[in-house]
Amino acid sequence: MSQNAAVPTARVAPAPLPLRELLPWALFAGVVLLGLLYLVGLDQGATSLVPGSLIHEFVHDGRHLLAFPCH
Amino acid sequence: MPLTGAVVVRSLLVRGMLAGLAAGVAAFVFAYLFGEPGVNGGIAFEERGMPGHGGEELVSRGVQSTVGLLVGVLVYAVAIGGILALVYAATRGRVGPTGPRPAALVLAAVGFTVVVLVPFLKYPGNPPGSSDDGSIGQRTGLYLVMLLFSVLVATLATALGSNLAGRLGTWNATIVAVVAYLVVVTIGGALLPAVNETPDGFPATVLYDFRVAALGVHVVLWSVLGLVFGALVERGARRELGVIAAS
Repeated sequence: MSQNAAVPTARVAPAPLPLRELLPWALFAGVVLLGLLYLVGLDQGATSLVPGSLIHEFVHDGRHLLAFPCH
Repeated sequence: MPLTGAVVVRSLLVRGMLAGLAAGVAAFVFAYLFGEPGVNGGIAFEERGMPGHGGEELVSRGVQSTVGLLVGVLVYAVAIGGILALVYAATRGRVGPTGPRPAALVLAAVGFTVVVLVPFLKYPGNPPGSSDDGSIGQRTGLYLVMLLFSVLVATLATALGSNLAGRLGTWNATIVAVVAYLVVVTIGGALLPAVNETPDGFPATVLYDFRVAALGVHVVLWSVLGLVFGALVERGARRELGVIAAS
């Protein structure tokens, strides 16, 4: 019971995470996630890593409605 | 130690991406209902100008407006959710509200403003048929410059705010940081060149409705993201603290 009292419902304040432990995650996941954003938002437009225009055509409406620059 | 930083970061990442999934579904529904008319209006104008332009379709309009839209919005939302989680992991307990739920919501609101709203105000989204094909490189470059500038200035303003918090108090330091961000980003935006290439005769209502809908898609996306991520991290933080307290 005393453990529950140590975690009152109104005041949950997690401690800062050590940035050293965060860095590998931020780098790895960050690059992958930004890559996804690039594929959805920009590839086969101004720059093209994947040849063709299939991605562009497939996500065409999403790209426009997410306000990325499009043709 | 029962929970290392790595475990916490991983679970935050999963929560952010799950919240992104929910946000993507909600944003898709909004985009399908309120955004598609603008896309179709643009395509109708485009085809009036050059009939037969859409002759050979790689992906049909039926797929673009349903599965394609869903996949595009989902991937975007999940990726944004993951990045939001990483920023949350870096900032929690350092800047912003101390409670996980308010912190997540504030972060989503700031993210929407910095990543979407401010770049949009300078370089708004455009429906099909309202831009010059040849200027895509230039438009993409300007958009990215505005986006990165906004993110950079927001980061610096946040650092400024936390530095001043000791002297001015959190409230006033936050006001200074927000005003500093707005002033710098407004000046920067004003210095960047305008894009002015909407073709003559392009229906103004299509353009307006499309842009309002595009902004609406993001409002729905980031709101759901902030609320769901907030609920998930609140639960997670209780468990995290509970485990630490119990060990």
